[in-house]
Amino acid sequence: MSSPKARFNPAEASKFFTKHGHSGWLGLRYRDHGENWVELELPWREDLLGEEDRAVLASGPIVSLMDMASGMSIWTTKGDFTPIATLDLRVDYQRPAKERAAVIGRVECYRTTKSAAFVRGIAHDGDPDDPVAHVAGVFMTIGRDPRQGKVPMGKDAASSAGTGDE
Amino acid sequence: MSSTQDDPAAALVLPPYARALGISLHGLEGGLPVLTVGFSSVIEGRPGAFHGGATAGLLENAGYAALRAVLVREGRNPQLKPVNITVQFLAAGKQKQTFAVGRITRLGRRNANIAVEAWQDDRERPIATAILNILMAERD
Repeated sequence: MSSPKARFNPAEASKFFTKHGHSGWLGLRYRDHGENWVELELPWREDLLGEEDRAVLASGPIVSLMDMASGMSIWTTKGDFTPIATLDLRVDYQRPAKERAAVIGRVECYRTTKSAAFVRGIAHDGDPDDPVAHVAGVFMTIGRDPRQGKVPMGKDAASSAGTGDE
Repeated sequence: MSSTQDDPAAALVLPPYARALGISLHGLEGGLPVLTVGFSSVIEGRPGAFHGGATAGLLENAGYAALRAVLVREGRNPQLKPVNITVQFLAAGKQKQTFAVGRITRLGRRNANIAVEAWQDDRERPIATAILNILMAERD
């Protein structure tokens, strides 16, 4: 008596993610998604400043925004909720975000293999043609969709990192 | 031992973002500040584990703290502008106290390259590392 599990829906999943843990604390909000991309928003907040005397978001929360949008773009692309871990994430900052501006992160998953997923995206504060940052990352599958039952750990755990398989 | 004037801990002011995450100064290692953060809901990603963004936030702050400490010793106070950060996640961050310290790989007049390590129980087994490139602009 197993019903087919629903396809991962970032709009629905965001209702949970944006209320719990680190993402909830940052106040991340869902904006939009497509077949292989997700767009989230990090609202401006006084206590997330990188410097005492400038009303500009720290770069750290932008990494969190892009990490979260990356993960959701992977689940959206794969259609399931496989547990994943970030292996490598690179953020290139083009310029500071504008004062008191929210930052929007849009990440696409451009390639998945059996155990790896590759993402790229931009963060901007209103104009996608004038990004605040570019990101690139690689994630690794660390188990099966928990909705399929037990999650096997061990040989697929993070210690055996390797992404070249197809 | 270094004098108070040379003590980077004395000069370390963590930004609002670091304080909001719960990051604080733990001590010094090789004269460079070791930052620490405890596990809490503010940090949590997957249930019971660090969010990659929170780990990156600790690494980034430790990198800036190391650079500030070295700059203070040289009598410099430039504005720091991030160029990029590359984070390698090596093991899941568990529900434990986590530490990070940065090393200055290169310090020039206009740019710095910093390598940062974060660990939990075992100093020899980092859970994440990062490389930061930071530009420095002298204040007018």
